[in-house]
Amino acid sequence: MATIRIPTPLRPYTGNQNSVIVSGDSVSAALADLTGQYPDLRQHLFDGDKVRSFVNIFLNEEDVRYLDGAATAVAENDTLMIIPSIAGGKLVLSLDCLVLL
Amino acid sequence: MTVKRLIHPDALADISLSHEEVQRYSRHLIMPEVGMTGQKKLKASSVLLIGAGGLGSPLAMYLAAAGIGRIGLVDYDVVDYTNLQRQIIHGTKDVGRLKLQSAKETMLDINPHVQVDTYEVPLTSANALEILAPYDVIIDGTDNFPTRYLTNDACVLLGKPNVYGSIFRFEGQLSIFHAAEGPCYRCLFPEPPPPGLVPSCAEGGVLGILPGTVGAMQATEAIKYILGIGESMVGRLLLYDALNMEFTEVRLQKNPNCPVCSDNPTLTELIDYEQFCGVPAHDHSLYLTAEEGEAVPQIAPLELKRRLDAGEELFILDVREPHEWEISNLNHLGAKLIPMGDVVARMNELDTAVTLIVQCRTGARSADIIRELQKHGFKKALNLDGGINRWASEVDPSLPIY
Repeated sequence: MATIRIPTPLRPYTGNQNSVIVSGDSVSAALADLTGQYPDLRQHLFDGDKVRSFVNIFLNEEDVRYLDGAATAVAENDTLMIIPSIAGGKLVLSLDCLVLL
Repeated sequence: MTVKRLIHPDALADISLSHEEVQRYSRHLIMPEVGMTGQKKLKASSVLLIGAGGLGSPLAMYLAAAGIGRIGLVDYDVVDYTNLQRQIIHGTKDVGRLKLQSAKETMLDINPHVQVDTYEVPLTSANALEILAPYDVIIDGTDNFPTRYLTNDACVLLGKPNVYGSIFRFEGQLSIFHAAEGPCYRCLFPEPPPPGLVPSCAEGGVLGILPGTVGAMQATEAIKYILGIGESMVGRLLLYDALNMEFTEVRLQKNPNCPVCSDNPTLTELIDYEQFCGVPAHDHSLYLTAEEGEAVPQIAPLELKRRLDAGEELFILDVREPHEWEISNLNHLGAKLIPMGDVVARMNELDTAVTLIVQCRTGARSADIIRELQKHGFKKALNLDGGINRWASEVDPSLPIY
């Protein structure tokens, strides 16, 4: 079982959990398990079957884009991180604080 | 990666420290890592801060205190009460003043030996290169995506290091993006999140201390970079979670296909960043998002009051979050709270026959909900223009404005 760290902007979709234990031996299987547990997350991480281009996934310290992408192997006790692009916490502009991945 | 030499020793030949300055910087001078040479490097250097707000406050104060010779500030905003919870360079007496004036005053009070240059403009594609060019180090303390991409691209084009910090609620990020030595912001985030994917600002806000922590770390990195000591944050991204007091670090790589910093860039000049991000960069912007362009039927607070006073049957739907309802609400007028994320699922609780007044804090979320309700056949829905804050200002001063 690996752990996925959930960034603040996505915690509303994971019942405010900051990390989720997932099964699966690859990045794509782990994400599939995550979105199976929290279906509302799916639209934020996937566009159809593909991980959205602006979603950054790190396995331990490394960007999976420079490993094997979604096929990257995930071992027991690995940590996956979803890294969001965040811009600030201002409440003034309607879409400005829409921070996602 | 160990930092490289930013200030050439020859540039220090004309720099000297007065007795007063030696005394002021004593705790730097007695550390061999800084010493007289390091302090002169700080005096010879120049740093530009984009934004004099949450991140800019501790940055400007610490960089002034540290004796950075020339500090530039870019901001066009005026201090308001909602800034004071985190923007500690400004005080209550400064509300209504230009942030630049207030910030400069505080900085020169901390250290009259530094030069503070102010730029009272929003940073745009038209002025960015000219404003950034004279500075050694650029520090990104902005609060929106268009300006972040603009700052990054301008730094790449000019070959400047960009000390990056970003905050959201309880979470912070820190890095140095410097294309000459490592990845840039676009290597990590090639494109911004599409506007509207998360349909709400309801999850916004920031812990007041968070920009203090992150801004102080940015100042640390800028000073290390200028001194040429320690391990810099180039090629590293620090993630800070204040809620759990966790620091996590990941490694960043230069994207060989980066549109701006790779060997074959597709982007060789600044672009329209509001168009690119699909959101306005600042309050003064004329940019309208695709959705904002589609007007929804509005009702002004005084008109709503008139119609309620006339005894008309109206249904007020408040689409904010429960913690916002606790700050102010129209419960006494029969308002019903359904947070925007739940409205579609709970549409059966709404009466299509009665005119619906949809209301949030300032009118943006409620406009989004009206567009959504229109798709589901609600014809009689009006947006309370300016939200409950404008209602409080024009109709009911017993309510607070937040």
